[in-house]
Amino acid sequence: MEFLTKFLQQLINGIHIGSIYALIALGYTMVYGIVKLINFAHGDIIMMGAFIAFVSITGFGMPLWAVLIISVLFCLVSGILIEKIAYKPLRGAPRISALITAIGVSLFLENLFFKIFGANPRPFPTLFNPEPIFIGSLRISRITAVTIVISLVLMVVLDFFVRKTKTGKAMRAVSEDQGAAQLMGINVNTTISITFAIGSALGAIGGILYSAAYPLIEPFMGMMPGLKAFVAAVLGGIGIIPGAMLGGFIMGIAESFTKGYISSQLADAVVFGILIIVLSIKPSGIFGKNIKEKV
Amino acid sequence: MKGVSNMALLETKDLGITFGGLRAVGNFSIHIEDRQLMGLIGPNGAGKTTIFNLLTGVYHPTEGVINLNGENIVGKKTYEIVQRGIARTFQNIRLFKDLSVMDNVKIAFHHKMKYSIASGILRMPSYWKEEKEVHEKALELLSLFDMEKSANITAKNLPYGQQRKLEIARALAADPKLLLLDEPAAGMNPQETKELMETIHFIRNKFNIAILLIEHDMGLVMGICEKIVVIDYGMIIATGTPLEIQKNKKVIGAYLGE
Amino acid sequence: MGNKWKSYIINLSLIISIYVILILLMQAGIVNSYYEGILIGICINIVLATSLNLATGYLGQLALGHAGFMAIGAYAAAITTSMMNLPGLLQLVVSILIGGILAGIFGILIGIPALRLKGDYLAIITLGFGEIIRVIILNLNITGGARGLKGILPLTTFSSAFWVAVLVVAIIYTLINSRHGRAIISIREDEIAAEAMGVPTTFYKILAFSIAAFFAGIGGGLFAHFNNVLGAENFKFMYSIEILIIVVLGGMGSLTGSIVAAIILTVLPQLLLDFADWRMLIYSVLLIIMMIFKPEGLLGKREFSISRFLQKRKNNLKVTPNSNERSE
Repeated sequence: MEFLTKFLQQLINGIHIGSIYALIALGYTMVYGIVKLINFAHGDIIMMGAFIAFVSITGFGMPLWAVLIISVLFCLVSGILIEKIAYKPLRGAPRISALITAIGVSLFLENLFFKIFGANPRPFPTLFNPEPIFIGSLRISRITAVTIVISLVLMVVLDFFVRKTKTGKAMRAVSEDQGAAQLMGINVNTTISITFAIGSALGAIGGILYSAAYPLIEPFMGMMPGLKAFVAAVLGGIGIIPGAMLGGFIMGIAESFTKGYISSQLADAVVFGILIIVLSIKPSGIFGKNIKEKV
Repeated sequence: MKGVSNMALLETKDLGITFGGLRAVGNFSIHIEDRQLMGLIGPNGAGKTTIFNLLTGVYHPTEGVINLNGENIVGKKTYEIVQRGIARTFQNIRLFKDLSVMDNVKIAFHHKMKYSIASGILRMPSYWKEEKEVHEKALELLSLFDMEKSANITAKNLPYGQQRKLEIARALAADPKLLLLDEPAAGMNPQETKELMETIHFIRNKFNIAILLIEHDMGLVMGICEKIVVIDYGMIIATGTPLEIQKNKKVIGAYLGE
Repeated sequence: MGNKWKSYIINLSLIISIYVILILLMQAGIVNSYYEGILIGICINIVLATSLNLATGYLGQLALGHAGFMAIGAYAAAITTSMMNLPGLLQLVVSILIGGILAGIFGILIGIPALRLKGDYLAIITLGFGEIIRVIILNLNITGGARGLKGILPLTTFSSAFWVAVLVVAIIYTLINSRHGRAIISIREDEIAAEAMGVPTTFYKILAFSIAAFFAGIGGGLFAHFNNVLGAENFKFMYSIEILIIVVLGGMGSLTGSIVAAIILTVLPQLLLDFADWRMLIYSVLLIIMMIFKPEGLLGKREFSISRFLQKRKNNLKVTPNSNERSE
């Protein structure tokens, strides 16, 4: 019974952090799908979401709903701006240039917030009643419950959006074939901006939920969760939305079980281990198709 | 098997490949003799470039066999196949754009050169000797195409027609016994096409090689090919001399969509 | 061939002159130990930048784990020195060679799986390996764990750093200007076409990558005996990025560019110590601006050659009003 309880506890923790990774992974995968670029700066969007929320709460004492809106808006706009300023000029350029620019953007955001906030980690305010809910002998904190629920709702909404709405279809069209989409009358630039906006918005929420779970924030906090979410996206199949969701949960559960049964130190190494295994066996990921370059 | 004097240079038996659920090429059986000029034609999407990719090891066939000089080359890497005597050009021109014309040609000599990495670094006599030889051979080859004056021009700055010529020169530098040309006349005007026909004849004679070409320009194909293979939907629908092919009802049907 | 030897001699004379001038300045006390430290730093960064340029500029693969290979070389060299007892210079040479070789071996081990991937994925995986190496170093006893290594013999002198840097640049130069270098560059230009021209691409990718790792290890070895202490924080991902910035600024594909940029980016932070916390911010903006407006960096893919420069001046002086001849 002990074993079962611990197992379920780890599982729930895994789903908790996994749903955050899934939200963040969605941002990576949508952007990669549409512009074939790994947005290195996406992890830093998470960080910005957390800091904006932090400032709104501690500096301005705003209520939670306002904080959410401000944080999401800020990151959404940032995402659009970043795309317009740094990535759009490089759309035709060799991949290596775009990659380096993305690294530049990431460094810029990290060091900007470093300059503003300093290196010392700030404590993220508690958003939820710390009293846990008990199901049998399982304790589930409210944060966990809220996180999982919010993430699932957002994923369902996103899935609906991409599959049923006109904009969603436009996003998928541009991901398949930019040229053809343009010929169909789709405004490619707007579609790309919207994609970045949605991805960044999800990232902002992911950042807030992450800080609720790990309440110390600092300017370089985005790197590890960003990397893990990226691995999640690759694991599920980069560019494939259900893949990001599945990948996120798998990563979260793997990390949780590693921490619970093996060691905390190794949790980060497991991330890279999974990445190496995926890229060695099936680089296109679980849901991915092997598409060879046309010669 | 080896040593039989009329063994084909290249022979495929029931070569085919299936992508996902689609059989892109199937039952592809041809043989090419030494010094033969063969054409591969068919409507767009018939699988012609796929066949080139199969012959050069870019794709691995899911069915069939490819015998080059009696040796089955299925599964071999592209560079191994090049070393065994097949070189190609590409439909969309794949030159080394930022390198000079000279360097583009020199790279194709790579597998014929012998000096080691250490010899290169230490500038041993073998380095100097082989580099000089390759430089001269490259110039010689370029002059056959009237391009020796462009030797130091960056490839991307060449006019289109010259880029196509360079690609052929580069492929020849790899010293093939079989040259695969993928739509060499694409984008050329009638005058250039006529020159190309002469060039192809010339290189076949001078280098004693067989040439397999994919082309849509029927004037060129019928004008120089000794044998023509017609494919549609990945399968051969006719083989024969230009005259035979022109009269073949199935071929006419394939092109006119009956 | 006669021309080549002439240019080699010119270049060598230039290098020796620079060396002699600097040595004299040091003897005279004009260049004190602080400046000597900067010079050594420049030499180490030249080794790191030119080796990264081999993988990123000439082979064209974005490798983000260079600091990891440097770390392997640094620790291996330091440990070797502590276990052997050879006289000064010889010890340094042996130690950094062992560091380099070990780094090169890891370059092969990591390169084999990593180089099967394309651009973005390769970048992430090399980043990952760089971090794994760092985490392992933090946890091994032999490397001092979290405390790091202290008291490494200060064997690196300006002379040794200088000539190691010269040697490294010379080797990379001669490699690039041989058929093997052509093969490597052709992969950058068009991997499929390179393979179709008979170049065994997998072999050359791993070769370039592991040679780059080897030299990074050499740089690490020099660093270890200069810094006297080693800790995992010396080799963070950020350091890989700083080296990348040098390569990008100088021009991916230009050795002279890497040398010039290494000098600038080693000296500049020292001059602007007051602005230390603006440094990375400025660098990041620099990266973005460069990629958008001048992705080829300062020198692009060209090299600056003294002999060519002198030859051009000679030519300009020789042209007379009514002559078409120019001596080549």
